[in-house]
Amino acid sequence: MSNAKLPSTVRKSKGDDLVATGNQDYVTMTIADQMFGIPVLQVQDVLGHQRITRIPLAPPEVAGSLNLRGRIVTAIDVRLRLGLTGRPKDKPGMSIVVDLRGELYSLMVDSVGEVLSLTNEDFERNPATLDPRWREVSTGIYRLNGQLMVVLDVPRLLNFTTVEAA
Amino acid sequence: MDDLLSEFLTETNENLSVLDVELVRLEQNPNNPELLSNIFRLVHTIKGTCGFLGLPRLEKVAHASENVLGKFRDGELTINPEAVSLILQALDTIKSLLAVLEATEAEPPGDDLPLIERLNLCAEGKLGGPAPAPAAAPPPAAPTAPAVAAAEERPVTLDELEALWNSTPGPATPVPAPASTALAPRAPEPADEPAPSQDLVVPEPEPVPAAKVPVAATPVTGGGAGGNDGGTEAATKESAVAAQTIRVNVDLLENLMTMVSELVLTRNQLLQILRSQKESEFAAPLQRLNHVTSELQEGVMKTRMQPIGNAWAKLPRLVRDLAHELNKKIDLQMLGADTELDRQVLELIKDPLTHMVRNSADHGLEIPAERVKAGKIETGRITLNAYHEGGHIIIEIQDDGKGLAIDRIKQKAIQNNMASEIELASMTDQQIIQFIMKPGFSTAAKVTNVSGRGVGMDVVKTNIEKIGGTIEIKSTQGKGSTFVIKIPLTLAIVSALIVECAGERFAIPQISVVELVRAAADSEHTIERLKGTPVLRLRNRLLPLVSLQQLLRLDDAAEAAKKTEDETFIVVTQVGTYTFGIMVDRVFDTEEIVVKPVAPILRHIEMFSGNTILGDGSVIMILDPNGIASATGELGGGESAGKEAATVQTQRQEDKMALLLFRAGEGAPKAVPLSLVARLEDVDLATVEMSNGLPMVQYRGKLMPLVPIDPNFMIGQEGRQPVLVFADGDRSMGLIVDEIVDIVEEKLQVQLAAERPGLMGSAIIAGKATEVIDAGFFLTQAYKDWFGSATNEGFEEEKLQRVLLVDDSPFFRNLLTPLLSVAGYDVTAVENAGDALALCEAGEDFDVIVSDIEMPGMSGFDFAEAVRHGSRWHHVPMVALSSHASPRDLDRGRIAGFNDYVAKFDRDALLYALQQTLTEQKGAA
Repeated sequence: MSNAKLPSTVRKSKGDDLVATGNQDYVTMTIADQMFGIPVLQVQDVLGHQRITRIPLAPPEVAGSLNLRGRIVTAIDVRLRLGLTGRPKDKPGMSIVVDLRGELYSLMVDSVGEVLSLTNEDFERNPATLDPRWREVSTGIYRLNGQLMVVLDVPRLLNFTTVEAA
Repeated sequence: MDDLLSEFLTETNENLSVLDVELVRLEQNPNNPELLSNIFRLVHTIKGTCGFLGLPRLEKVAHASENVLGKFRDGELTINPEAVSLILQALDTIKSLLAVLEATEAEPPGDDLPLIERLNLCAEGKLGGPAPAPAAAPPPAAPTAPAVAAAEERPVTLDELEALWNSTPGPATPVPAPASTALAPRAPEPADEPAPSQDLVVPEPEPVPAAKVPVAATPVTGGGAGGNDGGTEAATKESAVAAQTIRVNVDLLENLMTMVSELVLTRNQLLQILRSQKESEFAAPLQRLNHVTSELQEGVMKTRMQPIGNAWAKLPRLVRDLAHELNKKIDLQMLGADTELDRQVLELIKDPLTHMVRNSADHGLEIPAERVKAGKIETGRITLNAYHEGGHIIIEIQDDGKGLAIDRIKQKAIQNNMASEIELASMTDQQIIQFIMKPGFSTAAKVTNVSGRGVGMDVVKTNIEKIGGTIEIKSTQGKGSTFVIKIPLTLAIVSALIVECAGERFAIPQISVVELVRAAADSEHTIERLKGTPVLRLRNRLLPLVSLQQLLRLDDAAEAAKKTEDETFIVVTQVGTYTFGIMVDRVFDTEEIVVKPVAPILRHIEMFSGNTILGDGSVIMILDPNGIASATGELGGGESAGKEAATVQTQRQEDKMALLLFRAGEGAPKAVPLSLVARLEDVDLATVEMSNGLPMVQYRGKLMPLVPIDPNFMIGQEGRQPVLVFADGDRSMGLIVDEIVDIVEEKLQVQLAAERPGLMGSAIIAGKATEVIDAGFFLTQAYKDWFGSATNEGFEEEKLQRVLLVDDSPFFRNLLTPLLSVAGYDVTAVENAGDALALCEAGEDFDVIVSDIEMPGMSGFDFAEAVRHGSRWHHVPMVALSSHASPRDLDRGRIAGFNDYVAKFDRDALLYALQQTLTEQKGAA
């Protein structure tokens, strides 16, 4: 389990500290019954359902933009980003706000779970057979009791150019 | 005071303060090359600036000091306290000179030879030991008080200064030192930052402060500095500039501005809430908050404001040099230099402005000889004018030179494959001018180092558009050109119109909005469609419309679409000279918004210039009219601006003409000038035969091809079909139409040039948007050789008769040229008398001249007189063409020199008259 495999965090120094202890804290979330995790230090906010302004002509993954305490946040539909179908209209969903190079993005997911502190021993690289779209945005998998958690790499998740190329 | 000078004073004072500190540090660490080179650089800067501003005395002192420092740097001299003292002394002399400069805006007369000599001596390594008493700069001979002050420093000896230094508690920099000992409240020099390392071991001379402390302070300095009131005054004044202005990091101001912007937004939100509540105890404090916020906003905006003169400061010099280089005489006038605008905006327009002034001087103005020839005064004038107008700054750059050379632009456009000759021929001057805004376009015949490298106006345009501004060009041949730049006052907060389309709200910057029009079934404005393209009739003009819904691909339910049909608001928007309408569903009010950039992943969408948060807290996208204009394809950019101009031009043509209205194919009704139609026929479709792949009918014993307007039109097998018959000589062709509607007398104003072949354009006829068809196109469809063969048959002459057609209306030129060609003439058409006379001079010959009477500039009568009196063409017969054919007009025409006078649109009469005239001429000859 080398450091290189761990998600690159926005605030690197703190992330490295955590790695040193062998534990990483993740905010967990569910999308289409699959559990995902984002390093807790990258998460700014967790939001409930928000009013979102659509942005015409934007990539389909961009759901729109919203106002978070006076800052404009771009909302990303993670389901579409992962190549899944859109969320049913009757489910309001939740959002996790992350910071990438000074810009805020709101990742729309089905629900947000608890924060888990996970040891590096349970971490594993992406299986080679994983859907390329997922492999691209994930740094690896944690083996949890009864289920697997996919670690999302935020910078890669928000890098849309590769999507268009693919 | 001159801005430049005051800036110099502030900067030099700052530098001097730094120098004081640094020199002292140098003395302590003589081996620190970094320190030394920094000092050297600072002195060098002072020297350079003095030289630039023409301050020789200061420059000499600085130069001598620099020499010494140079030796230090090169290791030729070792740094010793004496030398440092000497340099400090020199600096003090500079300070005192600056004080005088600030007071009187001029250097005191006199020189500083002794000081300079000593510096030079020092540089040569010959200076040893403490300075002789009168060593320092001699008193400037100036009678001014500050000069005296400078004089007073001379008697100070190093020993005395050392004493002074030691007696000063924690002295750091020269100026505050005496202040702390003698006169606490004096010497407000905020820029001085004492460095801790300056607790000096070496004696440190302090001439200036010593000299400047008033008499009361002298006990400390011994008999050394016999300061006087004049000295004090000078000292106070010296720092006056520094005290009035402080230097603040731009980032800090930007930050402040952002905060204020946020505050404004929050205020807007609060006000919005307040509005929804009738009685609220918050009303009064909120009102107060509102005012304070507005004032704060204004205040902070002001900190970012700078007079536009700052951007102009370098221009007089530039123009002077250019004038010299180009051998021109140029007078640069600058009006409204104190008009203030946002720093950020100022930075962005600096270069475009410089570029445009340079252009005016280089391309615009002629050399004196040419100017005199053109009847102008030798000295060309470039005028810069800046003023506020409705929240915008208008900057005009005007020259009285030769104007833009349309012909050269045309040539260049062809060379660069930007347009074909045919396209250019149909363009108006205004359209052609727009080419200079295209990348890689320079009309300068030769590339000088001044301009002509083809990077220019396009960059100017991009820069100006970047800051939400617009640029317009007006040019008159021989009279000069004017560039009008319109830019917003500030970029941070803009006023925007909030609109709704398909349930989404958008903001449109107010700067681009010209007016709002409500179009509904029951209102006077309705949206009409030309082959699906919506247009709006607005004050007798056709306005192209853009559906925001389609443009942004706003997928919405059918009901919204239905709603659009019921009632639509049109935001009439102007980008450059191009005006178009944006169709939206609803219009709200205007709001002050803070433009925030969109997230990086959305930057590629051209339609938006940013986004913002509205008063109600929702996020809204800000539409970019420039982006919309260019996204609407052919409508966008300079081309469309030209179309607009074409519209203006055709409007000039006021004559009414008979038009035949008919329907054919889809879309709007169509029209053709009645004079072109020989007959209207009703053809029995059963008689239609196919021959040579074309449908034909036997008509008056001959075969007449039938041509449909819509190429995909399939002729039915039975029934009757109306046909317009165009005939010439013994040939005729039939144009198949669906229905003949009416014949109307209307002014024909082709408002939108058409993209499809066979159409001349669109016009308002009988109150409806109508497509005017180009009969010539269909004639050639029927007979590929229609025009050619007609001439062969029509005339026995081997040589074609050459006709010069002078008419200002492009429509008539387009109409008559084929008509006359069909009749066997070789037609040359020009748009005004001036061009015609130019042809005369160019040695062209014509058999007959047909001229319009009502023309802008030289009228037909004047033209005839000009031709008859003394021109090479005085024997060429002339036929007048006019809509006014009263006997009085006929007489006038004859007197002017016309051989015949024909009413416009009477094509037979014209052809007859031409034939008559030519035969007469031949008979006479």
